[in-house]
Amino acid sequence: MEINVLIGGAAGQGMETIMNLLGKALVREDFGLIYTKDYMSRVRGGHNFSRLRIAPGQPWTTVESIDVLVALNEETYRKHSQNLVPSGRVIYDPELFSLPGDESRGVPVELKKLAEEAGGRVMANTVAVGALLVLMGLETSTVEELLKDTFAGKEGVAEKNIKALKAGYDSAARTCSACFELPAKNQDGKKLFIDGNQVVGMAALASGCRFLSAYPMTPATGIMNYLASKSPDYPVIVEQAEDEIAAINMALGAAYAGVRAMTCTSGGGFSLMAEGVSLAGMTETPLVIVVGMRPGPATGLPTRTEQADLEFILHSGHGEFPRAVLSATSHDDAFYRLNKAFELADRYQTPVFFLTDQNFADTHRSVGLYDFSRLGYNRFLAAESNFEKPYKRYRITESGISPRILPGQYEGETVLIDSDEHDEKGNIIEDASTRRTMVDKRMRKLNGMAEEMDEPDLYGDPHPEVLLIGWGSTYGVIREAVDALIARGIKSAMLHFSDLWPLPQKRLHSLLAEVKHSFCIENNAGGQLSKLIRRESGLSINSNILKYDGRPFLPDEIVKEVQNDL
Amino acid sequence: MTCKAEDYMTGETAWCPGCGNYDIREALAGALAELGLPPHQVLLVSGIGQAAKIPHYIKANGFNGLHGRALPPAVGAKVANKDLTVIVESGDGDSYGEGGNHFMHNIRRNPDLAHLVHDNQVYGLTKGQASPTSEPGMKTGVQVEGVTVPALNPLSLALVMGAGFVARCFSGEKDHLKATMKAAINFPGYALVDILQPCVSFNKVNTHGWYKNRVYFPEVEAPQDWAKAMDLSRQWGDQIPLGIFYNKPHQTFGESRAVLKGEPLSNRPFNPEELSSLQNDFL
Ligand SMILES: Cc1ncc(C[n+]2csc(CCOP(=O)(O)OP(=O)(O)O)c2C)c(N)n1
Ligand code: SF4
Ligand SMILES: [Mg+2]
Repeated sequence: MEINVLIGGAAGQGMETIMNLLGKALVREDFGLIYTKDYMSRVRGGHNFSRLRIAPGQPWTTVESIDVLVALNEETYRKHSQNLVPSGRVIYDPELFSLPGDESRGVPVELKKLAEEAGGRVMANTVAVGALLVLMGLETSTVEELLKDTFAGKEGVAEKNIKALKAGYDSAARTCSACFELPAKNQDGKKLFIDGNQVVGMAALASGCRFLSAYPMTPATGIMNYLASKSPDYPVIVEQAEDEIAAINMALGAAYAGVRAMTCTSGGGFSLMAEGVSLAGMTETPLVIVVGMRPGPATGLPTRTEQADLEFILHSGHGEFPRAVLSATSHDDAFYRLNKAFELADRYQTPVFFLTDQNFADTHRSVGLYDFSRLGYNRFLAAESNFEKPYKRYRITESGISPRILPGQYEGETVLIDSDEHDEKGNIIEDASTRRTMVDKRMRKLNGMAEEMDEPDLYGDPHPEVLLIGWGSTYGVIREAVDALIARGIKSAMLHFSDLWPLPQKRLHSLLAEVKHSFCIENNAGGQLSKLIRRESGLSINSNILKYDGRPFLPDEIVKEVQNDL
Repeated sequence: MTCKAEDYMTGETAWCPGCGNYDIREALAGALAELGLPPHQVLLVSGIGQAAKIPHYIKANGFNGLHGRALPPAVGAKVANKDLTVIVESGDGDSYGEGGNHFMHNIRRNPDLAHLVHDNQVYGLTKGQASPTSEPGMKTGVQVEGVTVPALNPLSLALVMGAGFVARCFSGEKDHLKATMKAAINFPGYALVDILQPCVSFNKVNTHGWYKNRVYFPEVEAPQDWAKAMDLSRQWGDQIPLGIFYNKPHQTFGESRAVLKGEPLSNRPFNPEELSSLQNDFL
């Protein structure tokens, strides 16, 4: 049993706040859920909607079919009613529009009027949530509790919302009762209700990140918001830079001087950072760069999702230098993986990328508590007995990693880093032999980094005939597609990459030799991972399933495409 | 540990004989020695250009970054470790051209650092193109009909943006330069010293003699009169005033952030496990 809800209206109708509260309330009551947003790049008007799926366990993705459609305006009804299941219900305001021929599925609630009576029109969606609770057979108490917590200190706001909530509840309760069966509650302990940007922000803070310099850009801005909200209670400084060039260069200065530092942006802002990435590579300065992808080129679709910057990130920055590229696959994994990014950056003294996208960043999920004791805070600095004096920042070593100390750390020792090619001390050089030695030293670090990459996650049939390959935020949707294919008797599995560079290849070699048909599933038009795999391993994948309309995949779409191709 | 000026001089310079950069380097070494700042507590941050090579020639920590991007890493480094004395030293092209946006916004931000600009009114390293401060009419290989746009006035701009410390020096007046550098380094907040510097190879207009004949030291008692400072900053031509035109501290970036009070961020211990209560927000 599961319930799929779609709530839609115009931007500026305050949907987000109340839906966040509802989601949290349901998670508090031990339901597993996922909550995704589809919104336009505007502050008022237009058509925005969210999907909420409550399903057994912890659902991975939302689906197209709708059980309850909460239509705050007529457009929502017109656009989405075709996906309403036959037994579905529509919560709507009969003062605003009617449902000719579809009255039997309607749950009319005077959203506007009841909201006004409670204290303001903006609470129409709170009224709607009250009605929604009736259909799901739930009481209002948990949402009430959360309203009180959330608006504590804001005189009257909680009270008004509670009034609106109850009015919606009572109104719906008069005409109908629970018409959907909720899935069984989870019994495996407390869960968080958290979105991707919050996961990244919390992981950064808990990894000891002390400095975030960034320039706002959707969908990465939530990371800035999270970390800023934790300062000054926690030792982190968030600085809104004058531009992305400043953002990355500031972060590099902070990293050089001794703190874990990070910057975050989306593709357009990252374009401005390219020279700074190269500087991190040349100066061997640890830095974590989070790129929240959205569709390009240029401004593209600012609030939508895409995975089209993998090639760009792999090649960004002029010259040759080692880097690592990791990606956010699920809310569960991303927390630890961002920590890994910090650890790699410090260990290999190099830029490390963490790729997310709008689909991950803006999606809330119920996830189990994180184990903070699994996080590393190893700065990999040289002990005083471990470096030769006078100190040389770029001492040649077998691993390519030079012992690192911080400026000001030891009396009499200075630390010089340089964007020009340099000698071991950090001084500018131009001779051919030092140049070769230094390039080799830097590139040697890739050997160690390659050892640290996790093989892609394998899920599904242990002896698959069909293999679905993906990376990043498609983890959940491909996983559900595999479940559906297996249910249809197709022996299939998912091979999903979180660490992308240096590309881990062992499982690729063993699995691609075995399977009958392989698919690479990506939110881009070029099949970028597919090409990368071919370039690095010489292996080819049979088909690509690509989606580049700015929307995330749905499991059914993948299943259909796979079946068409077999 | 006390250091003499010579102790700060290191490396083999790659500047042309007779270049004003030598005097600036000596003045800086002298200033650091007189301030009693040991090299490991000083951080020199520069961009790219002839002037920006200075971290290789002064014994201190050094961050020789990208062209135009000296200020941002300096700000980041100061946030990370406020115990470092941070000095940004770069050219006029680097500071006012490529890095113009950072120049403007860091005056607003007011980090506690000294910004020493070697203003030779030309792009030295790339062989003589116009810089933002080049005199109108100056002909170069690129500006073949002469510079046609007015020069940027860094001191006026800094004053308008609200800088707390604004000074002009000339590399040929080394003692004055050294004293001004010391004041700038000691100043709490962003301190701009625009240093007129002859480029013997590429600037045939503003030569050593040209500056020498024009510079003078006006009487400025307590440089806290903004309008007067603005006046001085705008004097150019036959008479070019030198000195600290404005010196009035206000809240620095560091002072404005509660997190930065106490131990430098880079020294604070950390254990991720202690942060697991962060999850309560999401329960
Ligand atoms: C991004 C970038 N653009 C251009 C250059 C080439 N470049 C190096 S130094 C310089 C100008 C230097 O002028 P200035 O800052 O006045 O320093 P000077 O050499 O005069 O001391 C230029 C254009 C560069 N290194 N990086
Ligand atoms: S080119 Fe000009 S600024 Fe550069 S070293 Fe020579 S004289 Fe000095
Ligand atoms: Mg110059």
